[in-house]
Amino acid sequence: MTDLNGPGHKTERRWLPKGRTGPMAAALGVALAAVLFASAVSSQSDGALSGGTLSGDADLFGPVANVLEHPRCMNCHPRSDVPLQTDQRRIHQMNIQRGPADLGAPGAPCAACHGSANREFAGVPGAPHWQLAPLSMGWQGLNRTELCRALTDPALNGGRDLAALVEHMSADPLVLWGWAPGVDLTPVPVPHSDFVDQLTAWAEAGGPCPD
Amino acid sequence: MATMTTTNLNINGTDRAVETEHDPDDLPLLWALRDNLGMTGTKYGCGAALCGACTVHVDGAPVRACVTPISAVVGTRITTIEGLDDPVGKAIQNAWRELDVAQCGYCQSGQIMTAVALLAAVPTPTDADIDLAMDGIVCRCATYVRIRAAIHRAAETLKG
Repeated sequence: MTDLNGPGHKTERRWLPKGRTGPMAAALGVALAAVLFASAVSSQSDGALSGGTLSGDADLFGPVANVLEHPRCMNCHPRSDVPLQTDQRRIHQMNIQRGPADLGAPGAPCAACHGSANREFAGVPGAPHWQLAPLSMGWQGLNRTELCRALTDPALNGGRDLAALVEHMSADPLVLWGWAPGVDLTPVPVPHSDFVDQLTAWAEAGGPCPD
Repeated sequence: MATMTTTNLNINGTDRAVETEHDPDDLPLLWALRDNLGMTGTKYGCGAALCGACTVHVDGAPVRACVTPISAVVGTRITTIEGLDDPVGKAIQNAWRELDVAQCGYCQSGQIMTAVALLAAVPTPTDADIDLAMDGIVCRCATYVRIRAAIHRAAETLKG
């Protein structure tokens, strides 16, 4: 039998009192596991690192890009108003849109379904400040040179220098969700501590971008 | 014998105690409303935030009660269809009646709660605004055209 739900959404998990069945469940074989991975928190670090240089070992960006390109990150860094979901990077069900503040459309906010934590009993992922990345942080479809330059440009990345980028990706709870997405979504495969080490090495080298 | 816990919630302006044998981190608000408190206006459709029939307001924002554990709404203001008596809520419900929006009616609680949230945020919505807000609320009777008309009617009423 074909699984219409796909990874990240298991309607059989839904919480029901004993003996209950759902009137609409059979008609709703669709996926909802939105995998938003974004932060509009605009923080400015006092760190000494500065961003966007093209010097140094550009290969240092490769391991960083491997993580940023993972669906847990990239699904909610669209260059449009439409988030993707699931490991298959499908367009989000229900015509979910960015809205004026990256928090969903009025009447259909992200938080209507995505709470501050994963809801395993319903197959719905969640984390604090669940939202899309701002449009300036749209990364989908960029090659690694473009991605690196977008990541390190304070005009596009929320005013962050390299130290602030490291801090953001080390501690932001929505970023950390990518390593514990629950509901059968594939986590970022690199241990977070290893990623932070790789990110820090790249930042300490001046944030070099590949040509 | 199962251990009972008590979770205090503010629902429609009234403090209510939910006594349950379930873990408050796992018991959806929907079932606390329906089974523990007897408030059956909020409907069960899918149990997975796919249909919107269970939509309530938490601090004024629409939330799917079927995927929201009661532990997550302690200290908030919960509004259900039974408590929808503000001017926007009344205007929406009046428009629903005037245009005979409901057919089977099963989803209409979720439709109305979502429409109220939309109008509270966007007092004069366009068709596109309405479609974006309401796309996640499934109506098997396909009353979508009347839903859209009723939201416009309520907006006109509220403008005076």
